[in-house]
Amino acid sequence: MVTQITSFGRSGLYDWMMQRVSAVVLSLYTVFIIGYLLVNPELTYEQWSALFEATWMRVFSLMVLLSIGMHSWIGLWSISTDYIKATGARFFFQSLCGFVMFVYVVWGVQVLWGL
Amino acid sequence: MPVTAIVSILHRITGIILFVGLAFLFYAFDLSLESQEGFDTVVNAFQTNFLVKFVIWGVVSALLYHFVAGVKHLFMDMGYFEELESGRKAAIANLAIAFVLIVLAGVWIW
Repeated sequence: MVTQITSFGRSGLYDWMMQRVSAVVLSLYTVFIIGYLLVNPELTYEQWSALFEATWMRVFSLMVLLSIGMHSWIGLWSISTDYIKATGARFFFQSLCGFVMFVYVVWGVQVLWGL
Repeated sequence: MPVTAIVSILHRITGIILFVGLAFLFYAFDLSLESQEGFDTVVNAFQTNFLVKFVIWGVVSALLYHFVAGVKHLFMDMGYFEELESGRKAAIANLAIAFVLIVLAGVWIW
Protein backbone atom coordinates (compact mmCIF):
# COMPACT_ATOMS: atom_id res chain seq x y z
CA MET A 1 0.00 0.00 0.00
CA VAL A 2 1.24 3.44 -0.92
CA THR A 3 0.91 6.06 1.78
CA GLN A 4 -0.20 9.44 0.47
CA ILE A 5 2.11 12.25 1.51
CA THR A 6 0.49 15.21 -0.27
CA SER A 7 -3.06 14.87 1.06
CA PHE A 8 -4.01 17.26 3.86
CA GLY A 9 -4.07 14.89 6.81
CA ARG A 10 -2.49 11.83 5.14
CA SER A 11 -5.72 9.99 5.75
CA GLY A 12 -8.71 9.96 3.46
CA LEU A 13 -11.13 9.74 6.35
CA TYR A 14 -9.50 12.66 8.17
CA ASP A 15 -9.58 14.78 4.98
CA TRP A 16 -13.21 13.79 4.44
CA MET A 17 -14.10 15.00 7.95
CA MET A 18 -12.06 18.22 7.78
CA GLN A 19 -13.58 19.07 4.41
CA ARG A 20 -17.02 18.99 6.05
CA VAL A 21 -16.02 20.83 9.22
CA SER A 22 -14.41 23.63 7.18
CA ALA A 23 -17.44 23.65 4.85
CA VAL A 24 -19.76 24.34 7.77
CA VAL A 25 -17.55 27.21 8.99
CA LEU A 26 -17.35 28.69 5.48
CA SER A 27 -21.10 28.40 4.90
CA LEU A 28 -21.93 30.07 8.23
CA TYR A 29 -19.60 32.94 7.36
CA THR A 30 -21.11 33.24 3.87
CA VAL A 31 -24.63 33.44 5.28
CA PHE A 32 -23.51 35.93 7.92
CA ILE A 33 -21.69 38.30 5.53
CA ILE A 34 -24.42 38.22 2.87
CA GLY A 35 -27.06 38.72 5.58
CA TYR A 36 -25.09 41.59 7.11
CA LEU A 37 -24.74 43.34 3.75
CA LEU A 38 -28.44 42.79 3.01
CA VAL A 39 -29.66 44.31 6.28
CA ASN A 40 -27.16 47.19 6.06
CA PRO A 41 -27.62 48.60 2.56
CA GLU A 42 -26.31 52.00 3.71
CA LEU A 43 -23.19 50.57 5.29
CA THR A 44 -20.62 53.12 6.46
CA TYR A 45 -16.87 52.77 6.90
CA GLU A 46 -17.22 53.25 10.70
CA GLN A 47 -19.73 50.40 10.92
CA TRP A 48 -17.71 48.13 8.67
CA SER A 49 -14.39 48.68 10.45
CA ALA A 50 -16.06 48.39 13.88
CA LEU A 51 -17.40 44.99 12.84
CA PHE A 52 -13.92 43.69 12.05
CA GLU A 53 -12.43 45.28 15.18
CA ALA A 54 -14.68 43.14 17.39
CA THR A 55 -12.85 40.17 18.88
CA TRP A 56 -15.57 37.65 18.07
CA MET A 57 -15.50 38.73 14.40
CA ARG A 58 -11.71 38.36 14.30
CA VAL A 59 -12.01 34.89 15.82
CA PHE A 60 -14.72 34.00 13.28
CA SER A 61 -12.71 35.47 10.38
CA LEU A 62 -9.45 33.77 11.36
CA MET A 63 -11.33 30.49 11.60
CA VAL A 64 -12.61 31.17 8.09
CA LEU A 65 -9.12 31.95 6.78
CA LEU A 66 -7.78 28.65 8.11
CA SER A 67 -10.86 26.86 6.77
CA ILE A 68 -10.23 28.37 3.33
CA GLY A 69 -6.69 26.97 3.43
CA MET A 70 -7.86 23.53 4.51
CA HIS A 71 -10.92 23.33 2.30
CA SER A 72 -9.15 24.49 -0.86
CA TRP A 73 -6.17 22.21 -0.22
CA ILE A 74 -8.36 19.13 0.13
CA GLY A 75 -10.55 20.14 -2.85
CA LEU A 76 -7.75 21.06 -5.21
CA TRP A 77 -5.74 18.06 -4.10
CA SER A 78 -8.66 15.76 -5.02
CA ILE A 79 -9.08 17.46 -8.38
CA SER A 80 -5.37 17.41 -9.22
CA THR A 81 -4.96 13.75 -8.26
CA ASP A 82 -7.88 12.92 -10.56
CA TYR A 83 -6.78 14.83 -13.63
CA ILE A 84 -3.02 15.46 -13.50
CA LYS A 85 -1.41 12.07 -13.89
CA ALA A 86 2.22 13.17 -14.35
CA THR A 87 3.81 13.34 -10.90
CA GLY A 88 5.99 16.38 -11.64
CA ALA A 89 3.17 18.46 -13.08
CA ARG A 90 0.85 17.47 -10.25
CA PHE A 91 3.43 18.33 -7.62
CA PHE A 92 4.04 21.68 -9.29
CA PHE A 93 0.29 22.42 -9.39
CA GLN A 94 -0.20 21.42 -5.76
CA SER A 95 2.81 23.48 -4.67
CA LEU A 96 1.48 26.50 -6.50
CA CYS A 97 -1.93 26.07 -4.86
CA GLY A 98 -0.31 25.63 -1.46
CA PHE A 99 1.67 28.81 -1.96
CA VAL A 100 -1.44 30.78 -2.96
CA MET A 101 -3.34 29.45 0.08
CA PHE A 102 -0.52 30.52 2.35
CA VAL A 103 -0.55 34.00 0.79
CA TYR A 104 -4.34 34.21 1.36
CA VAL A 105 -4.00 33.30 5.03
CA VAL A 106 -1.17 35.79 5.67
CA TRP A 107 -2.92 38.51 3.65
CA GLY A 108 -6.15 37.95 5.58
CA VAL A 109 -4.37 38.12 8.94
CA GLN A 110 -2.72 41.35 7.86
CA VAL A 111 -6.03 42.92 6.85
CA LEU A 112 -7.77 41.79 10.04
CA TRP A 113 -5.09 43.12 12.35
CA GLY A 114 -4.33 46.15 10.18
CA LEU A 115 -0.57 45.60 10.19
CA MET B 1 -23.76 13.62 -19.58
CA PRO B 2 -26.26 12.67 -16.84
CA VAL B 3 -27.52 15.59 -14.76
CA THR B 4 -25.84 14.17 -11.64
CA ALA B 5 -22.47 14.31 -13.44
CA ILE B 6 -23.09 17.90 -14.54
CA VAL B 7 -23.89 18.91 -10.96
CA SER B 8 -20.74 17.18 -9.73
CA ILE B 9 -18.37 18.69 -12.30
CA LEU B 10 -19.86 22.15 -11.69
CA HIS B 11 -19.10 21.73 -8.00
CA ARG B 12 -15.45 21.23 -8.94
CA ILE B 13 -15.36 24.03 -11.51
CA THR B 14 -16.97 26.53 -9.12
CA GLY B 15 -14.44 25.48 -6.47
CA ILE B 16 -11.58 26.41 -8.79
CA ILE B 17 -13.30 29.67 -9.76
CA LEU B 18 -13.68 30.52 -6.06
CA PHE B 19 -10.04 29.79 -5.35
CA VAL B 20 -8.99 32.24 -8.08
CA GLY B 21 -11.83 34.70 -7.31
CA LEU B 22 -10.69 34.89 -3.69
CA ALA B 23 -7.83 37.14 -4.83
CA PHE B 24 -10.45 39.64 -6.00
CA LEU B 25 -12.43 39.37 -2.75
CA PHE B 26 -9.30 39.72 -0.64
CA TYR B 27 -8.27 42.80 -2.58
CA ALA B 28 -11.69 44.43 -2.06
CA PHE B 29 -11.69 43.37 1.60
CA ASP B 30 -8.21 44.82 2.14
CA LEU B 31 -9.08 48.12 0.45
CA SER B 32 -12.43 48.43 2.26
CA LEU B 33 -10.83 48.22 5.70
CA GLU B 34 -7.72 50.25 4.89
CA SER B 35 -9.25 53.74 5.11
CA GLN B 36 -12.37 55.79 4.44
CA GLU B 37 -11.05 56.49 0.92
CA GLY B 38 -10.44 52.81 0.28
CA PHE B 39 -13.92 51.95 1.51
CA ASP B 40 -15.46 54.62 -0.75
CA THR B 41 -13.45 53.30 -3.72
CA VAL B 42 -14.81 49.77 -3.19
CA VAL B 43 -18.42 50.92 -2.67
CA ASN B 44 -18.21 53.18 -5.70
CA ALA B 45 -16.73 50.43 -7.88
CA PHE B 46 -19.41 47.95 -6.77
CA GLN B 47 -22.13 50.48 -7.57
CA THR B 48 -20.92 51.95 -10.85
CA ASN B 49 -18.22 49.90 -12.55
CA PHE B 50 -19.75 47.34 -14.92
CA LEU B 51 -16.69 45.10 -15.02
CA VAL B 52 -16.42 45.04 -11.21
CA LYS B 53 -20.14 44.23 -10.93
CA PHE B 54 -19.77 41.45 -13.47
CA VAL B 55 -16.77 39.92 -11.71
CA ILE B 56 -18.38 40.09 -8.26
CA TRP B 57 -21.55 38.55 -9.68
CA GLY B 58 -19.46 35.77 -11.19
CA VAL B 59 -17.65 35.06 -7.94
CA VAL B 60 -20.86 35.26 -5.88
CA SER B 61 -22.58 32.94 -8.38
CA ALA B 62 -19.78 30.40 -8.03
CA LEU B 63 -20.07 30.72 -4.26
CA LEU B 64 -23.85 30.20 -4.28
CA TYR B 65 -23.64 27.18 -6.56
CA HIS B 66 -20.80 25.67 -4.53
CA PHE B 67 -22.79 26.31 -1.36
CA VAL B 68 -25.94 24.56 -2.63
CA ALA B 69 -23.96 21.62 -4.04
CA GLY B 70 -22.11 21.38 -0.72
CA VAL B 71 -25.37 21.21 1.24
CA LYS B 72 -26.58 18.47 -1.12
CA HIS B 73 -23.32 16.64 -0.44
CA LEU B 74 -23.96 16.78 3.31
CA PHE B 75 -27.41 15.31 2.76
CA MET B 76 -25.83 12.54 0.70
CA ASP B 77 -23.37 11.88 3.55
CA MET B 78 -26.39 11.27 5.74
CA GLY B 79 -27.70 8.71 3.29
CA TYR B 80 -30.26 10.70 1.30
CA PHE B 81 -30.52 10.97 -2.51
CA GLU B 82 -28.40 7.88 -3.09
CA GLU B 83 -30.83 6.03 -5.38
CA LEU B 84 -30.88 6.75 -9.09
CA GLU B 85 -34.23 8.53 -9.08
CA SER B 86 -33.82 10.56 -5.86
CA GLY B 87 -30.23 11.37 -6.91
CA ARG B 88 -31.47 12.72 -10.24
CA LYS B 89 -34.16 14.79 -8.55
CA ALA B 90 -31.72 16.21 -6.00
CA ALA B 91 -29.33 17.14 -8.83
CA ILE B 92 -32.12 18.95 -10.70
CA ALA B 93 -33.19 20.70 -7.48
CA ASN B 94 -29.57 21.72 -6.93
CA LEU B 95 -29.44 23.36 -10.38
CA ALA B 96 -32.82 25.03 -9.91
CA ILE B 97 -32.08 26.44 -6.43
CA ALA B 98 -28.64 27.66 -7.50
CA PHE B 99 -30.15 29.26 -10.60
CA VAL B 100 -32.74 31.18 -8.56
CA LEU B 101 -30.11 32.35 -6.05
CA ILE B 102 -27.78 33.46 -8.85
CA VAL B 103 -30.55 35.48 -10.50
CA LEU B 104 -31.41 37.06 -7.12
CA ALA B 105 -27.73 37.92 -6.61
CA GLY B 106 -27.72 39.56 -10.03
CA VAL B 107 -30.77 41.61 -9.09
CA TRP B 108 -29.07 42.61 -5.84
CA ILE B 109 -25.86 43.68 -7.57
CA TRP B 110 -27.60 45.63 -10.37
